[in-house]
Amino acid sequence: MRYLSLILKNSLRNRRRSILTIGSVAISLCILGVLIAMYQALFLSEATPSQALRLITRHRVSLTQSFPIYYREKIQRVPGVKDLTVWQWFGGVYKDNRDPKNMFPRFAANPDHIFNVRPDYQLPDDQKLAFQHERTGCIVSRTLANQLNFKLGDRITLVGDYLPVTLDLKIVGIYDEPDKVPQLYFSYEYLKETLGPNSPFRDKVGAFLIQADSAEDVPRIASAIDHEFESSPFPTKTESEKAFQLSFASFIGNLKLFIMAICGAVTFTILLVSGNTISMSVRERIREVGILKTLGFTPGAILGIILGEAAVISLIGGILGTLLAQGMCSMVSHSPAANFMSGLSTLGISSGVGALSLGVAVLIGLASSFIPAWGASRTTILDALRYSG
Amino acid sequence: MAIPLSYNLRNLVVRKTTTIVTALGIALTVAVLLAVLALVHGLQTAFQSTGNPLQVLVMRKGSNAELSSAMTRENFQTLKSMAGIAREGNEPIASLELVSVINLPSVDSPDGMNVSLRGILPVGIKMRDGLKLQDGRWFQTGQREVVVGKSIAKRYPGAHLGKKLRFGRGDWEVVGVMDAGQSSANSEIFGDLNQISSDFNRADGLSSALLRATDQASVTALINSLNDDRRLGVDAQTEKSYWDAQTNSAAPLQFLGLFISIIMAVGSSFAAMNSMYAAVARRAREIGTLRVLGFSRGSILLSFLIESLLLAVIGGLIGCLLVLPLNNITTGIGSFVTFSEIAFNFRVSPEIMLIGIAFAVFMGTLGGLFPARTAARKEILTALREI
Repeated sequence: MRYLSLILKNSLRNRRRSILTIGSVAISLCILGVLIAMYQALFLSEATPSQALRLITRHRVSLTQSFPIYYREKIQRVPGVKDLTVWQWFGGVYKDNRDPKNMFPRFAANPDHIFNVRPDYQLPDDQKLAFQHERTGCIVSRTLANQLNFKLGDRITLVGDYLPVTLDLKIVGIYDEPDKVPQLYFSYEYLKETLGPNSPFRDKVGAFLIQADSAEDVPRIASAIDHEFESSPFPTKTESEKAFQLSFASFIGNLKLFIMAICGAVTFTILLVSGNTISMSVRERIREVGILKTLGFTPGAILGIILGEAAVISLIGGILGTLLAQGMCSMVSHSPAANFMSGLSTLGISSGVGALSLGVAVLIGLASSFIPAWGASRTTILDALRYSG
Repeated sequence: MAIPLSYNLRNLVVRKTTTIVTALGIALTVAVLLAVLALVHGLQTAFQSTGNPLQVLVMRKGSNAELSSAMTRENFQTLKSMAGIAREGNEPIASLELVSVINLPSVDSPDGMNVSLRGILPVGIKMRDGLKLQDGRWFQTGQREVVVGKSIAKRYPGAHLGKKLRFGRGDWEVVGVMDAGQSSANSEIFGDLNQISSDFNRADGLSSALLRATDQASVTALINSLNDDRRLGVDAQTEKSYWDAQTNSAAPLQFLGLFISIIMAVGSSFAAMNSMYAAVARRAREIGTLRVLGFSRGSILLSFLIESLLLAVIGGLIGCLLVLPLNNITTGIGSFVTFSEIAFNFRVSPEIMLIGIAFAVFMGTLGGLFPARTAARKEILTALREI
């Protein structure tokens, strides 16, 4: 575009104002970027290939209720089920709960099956074997190990709350996994032993994690399992891991509505702010527009120059905002909040979200400047030259 | 000598478009903050109006929620005989309760939300002050009947009076709707303790006990003696402090909302700054004239700052108006302590609106201080010469 240098010069002429506008656009777009990324991570992200094969079976009523352990054999026989493991959430206390880092999720699982169900857990074979053979052994994710400085051989004591036991565990393995969530697994056998023969919790579990043969089988397996136990005293609910995570997120309240409402408010605010600035600078320059017109600039060219200036300013704001948003996302993904909502731990501005925010920025620039620019391009030369501040 | 306030007001009126737009920007920021505060305040009201300070809630040692607690009938008998418990006739006022969650489909989520179910005896109902029946009747002992809180009746079509709920080993008839004022019992379902505990196979694995103390002094004594009794293995606290502590289930939303509104505030004060700088630039000659008339630098600074504050307060007021319609709208939030949903109303209280105005004033100060300083520093001659 041949007016590019004019546009750039114009946007630099009131430096303070341009910087302030860029600043406020950047900040608004940063919020917008983080929220869109969050929305994407929680509600839109596709299941990863290994995740698409997994299902979770829990008590129909809620995660806090349990069903008998013998369901295991029945589920194993459902066609299409490759393998499954107990997935017993163990609340309890590690050291003390005042530090949110200590409240990482911990589960009891079957060491012989967990690696079939979670083939994406990467750890050396000897550590796998150690987990399968040492009664009190436990494995922790790399993320957790880094957070709390856990090393192989460290001892961990977990004091149960609703399960009235105290577990003395020893770290025998550290695994790498794609979700980057802090997590600990210990042996279900050990939990059972500690509970003792008379505990009402002994032959009950809260959930199973299931690996299907193929992703196409998943919906069929889910309904087959739920059908099997439909009329038993402990009906089940089986859903894909992704759906399970979503139901967990929706628990915090109407997050979708919350995010959308704030996005709306933020977008509208930037529209106002940048519209205001642009019209201020147009008003100051009406006389200049008259001079440009006497020099032979067409209304179209003038419209283009003013719109271009707005687009440049908001684009710069958009770029800064997106960069800021990326920084913010990595902060969120390392915060304790990520412990509770999977999806947040890998939060980041994807190229799609980045492009979207920049698009929104340019669009906002154009939309907010259109009315003043249109007005300026339409004023007659005489009116424009006569105009005083 | 101070410049009259009407000067600032008229100036805001002269540049009305800019004024309105900047004020709206501030208003939206204030509105976001207020919406979050109203939500948190509503939740706080629900939890804080639950619980009687004279009543002591006893759970198993280490449990931080009734849901994860356990209490045997034998332990309960021991508890009942403790000193300091109020009596009615010959019976100590003490209630053994079972808390569980069931899943009910609602309009918002067809897959169902978790709702607290409380198995209770007649004494337990009596111990909840302010709890009254709104519709229907109380459940009868030994019957598969339940009474639902009014929020539940409102939010869950399946829990209307006369409908049947399916949980445990079969159907339960909804025979009444209870009104618990502001308290969280509005989001609970009450049924007969013995019926419910046998349905859930927990005839002897109940959740918690609620004891009424005779007076304030015996509350403390009772709590201390319960906590010190190693044989019982229980944690005791006042019912009130238990519910107060639940307020933190709004913490994630509160954090997110505060964070966003603070960042938005920076953006909005940039906008206010822009509009004030423009005002200063346009009125250079006016400023020069004011100085010639004898107004000091200080009064110019103050005048522009006041103008920015006025702008912000207008924005703050609009923000308050924007969130007013939210007042008393019912919403629900899940708690990771009770693992169930609690319904509550947004509460836009006067205190919250004051916070909003203060927030706006903060933005106005931030946005007005630098432009006002620029205005005050102008030399008379250069100011008069500017166009």
